[in-house]
Amino acid sequence: MSGDLLVDQPRTLTTKHDRSDVPFRLGTRSASFVVLGIMSLAGVFLLVQGGQALGADGPKFLTTQAWDPNSGVFGIAAVLLGTIFIALTAIVVAVPLAAGTALYISEYAPRQIKQTLVTLVDLMAAVPSVVYGLWGLFLFQPGIQDSTRADAHQITPGAVDVSQFLATWLGWIPIFHVDGFNPSDPLTTKTIFTASTFIAGVVVAMMVAPIICSIMREVFTQAPIGEREGALALGATRWGMIRSVVLPFGRAGMIGGTMLGLGRALGETIAVYLIISPIFTIQPHILQSGANSISALIALRYSEASPFEISALMAAGLALFIMTLIVNFGASLIISRSRSGASSD
Amino acid sequence: MTTTLAAPPAPPSPVPVETEPIEVRRSTGAIRRSDTFGILGAAVAAISLSAWLMSQLLIFQGALPFIGFAYIFFVLFYGIVTRFDETGMVVRDRLVAVLVHSLAILLLIALAAVVVFTFVKGAPAFWHLNFFTTDMSHAGPLDPLTDGGILHAVAGTLIMITIALAISIPLGLATAVYLSEFPGKYARLVRTVVEAMTALPSIVAGLFIYATVILILGVPRSGFAASLAITVMMLPIIIRSSDVVLRLVPAGLKEASQALGSNRWRTVWNVTLPTARSGLTTAIILGTARGIGETSPVLLTAGLTSFFNFNPFSGPMVSLPLATFTFVKSPEPNYIARGFGSAAVLMLLVLVLFIIARLIGGRGPGVLTAGQLRRRLQQSRQDDYRIRARELGMTTRPTQRPKRPRRRSTPGGA
Repeated sequence: MSGDLLVDQPRTLTTKHDRSDVPFRLGTRSASFVVLGIMSLAGVFLLVQGGQALGADGPKFLTTQAWDPNSGVFGIAAVLLGTIFIALTAIVVAVPLAAGTALYISEYAPRQIKQTLVTLVDLMAAVPSVVYGLWGLFLFQPGIQDSTRADAHQITPGAVDVSQFLATWLGWIPIFHVDGFNPSDPLTTKTIFTASTFIAGVVVAMMVAPIICSIMREVFTQAPIGEREGALALGATRWGMIRSVVLPFGRAGMIGGTMLGLGRALGETIAVYLIISPIFTIQPHILQSGANSISALIALRYSEASPFEISALMAAGLALFIMTLIVNFGASLIISRSRSGASSD
Repeated sequence: MTTTLAAPPAPPSPVPVETEPIEVRRSTGAIRRSDTFGILGAAVAAISLSAWLMSQLLIFQGALPFIGFAYIFFVLFYGIVTRFDETGMVVRDRLVAVLVHSLAILLLIALAAVVVFTFVKGAPAFWHLNFFTTDMSHAGPLDPLTDGGILHAVAGTLIMITIALAISIPLGLATAVYLSEFPGKYARLVRTVVEAMTALPSIVAGLFIYATVILILGVPRSGFAASLAITVMMLPIIIRSSDVVLRLVPAGLKEASQALGSNRWRTVWNVTLPTARSGLTTAIILGTARGIGETSPVLLTAGLTSFFNFNPFSGPMVSLPLATFTFVKSPEPNYIARGFGSAAVLMLLVLVLFIIARLIGGRGPGVLTAGQLRRRLQQSRQDDYRIRARELGMTTRPTQRPKRPRRRSTPGGA
């Protein structure tokens, strides 16, 4: 008996496409070519155009705190840090709110209103950012844009009062320090607190909180019912059950959702543009008037820009894109590696 | 020995067949009277104490510190009251419950305030019919609200989003189908690039179109350029969520279709796409809502006008978010009211889209609508009747055979 009969030869698989499948394959494939083309064109164009300004500026681009490309002095140190400060403020404000609301919807809310709340939060995630910008502009900074609202200030305490409170009591912490603010001076004006990183951050927080909340809620509700009941059967209180089952199960989803919110907060333009008064130096005091971000810089400067300034703006946009890209890929990596994200996508 | 015969089984008693007791849903809530009293007492004590501190000791003034102090006292008192008759573990549980409830209430109030504030501030402009029927060409900054409107912005928004959808729906769906039907190295590359581009900030998308189409190709600022910018932003979002939805279609359904001899194209057209219909619609509508509301790409590419412009290829065109943005930058109260009015219209537009998305999609595969459920129930009752009639030996004449309701092509139908 010869041995070679027993050896299983791997068969070559040939796929024969049906005749009508050929145009189908071709059609969808060319659509994907077009999409890939557009997408890579945007990326490559950003790189090439931005590279022109980057090449002229060199490493100074990351360290200069000024924006005057036509005389060759420009850099994104101030706007880059401004963007990060605004986004971090937004995340610090938004994440506790979003996590609390997500826990409330998934664990505490009465059955009758649960679905309504879910829809409401999802709807708020779809509300255009310009609406949040309006809200921040007129409700948080009364008396600045619209003199008719000055009297309404007393009945609608806003973020400016929170700013003043923080500056009064926590002013010894460097980031809460405000130059020229004296808590014992009763004539101090509130205008030094307006148009600040903090106000912009709170508005962006309102914008990203529904997005973060809806992701967290999704993950929390997926926590396995058997483990929940097991914890309760062992005598855990509701919080004990949440801490031992729901939060560990949803941890990756919470981190991922937070990072997706951070990505949105970094790229937000209009809400920030409406609120801040732009400056071009690093502003580490988040309560103080004056802030800036990359997207606001682009919206501010694109119109009367020379070709070289456009390419400098492109370079700034590229830096922003790289930042959001890292944050988003990190988020999807964390979500897909986790237990709660394995089933979903 | 005489054996007594066992008594014959008693005839069935005339007692009616035992009906199943109707189950009443028991309340599993565990709120005792002492809990309610604890909450109420702590709340009253906290409010009273902070009112005393504010009015008598003058430690603080204003509504915001009052709420803050009252809240802190409430948490404190509630914890103490609960500690009287519970363990530390329960106290922690109660305090976390208070915290979670208050965070949720805070966020929901803030979100409600966004909506209510917009509508209240927009109301003065909103109640004039001319707000919806005229453009701003004859209305100066000082003109009353009875003059001028935002028809041009509504039309601009609809034109831009139509063009953007006309480009991105076919491209996006075809790409998503390609990604799910022909997996491979190339598909993986496309998927990665698309995923990367979902991170593209909208202002950068606008800047890209501004630099290429407007500055290099020399196309003037127009509605078409703005649509292109919106497309660049929307396309990755639509592809990504459609791809997810298409991958959720059960492989068994596709394999069944192919086992019956249909080719790929037929399978996609008759099985995959109908199964994923609701999810795909949701993906497109939510992408549309995102595209409609974006201001920054339009700001860079559309130009600004107060005139009604129906031609997307020539002349500037304005969209609702851009109109809102420009209105509120003006110091005139009437302009600001118009800005809020436009924002309210924009929100209504998003709301309508969202409701449509909820009605069409929003339900998982296999979850039926009310109508589908009714038809299923009806059919099942008729089947039951037919089977029982046959068991009783009644022949059902063909004319009496219950008419089968038209089957939908939903998978897994009875």
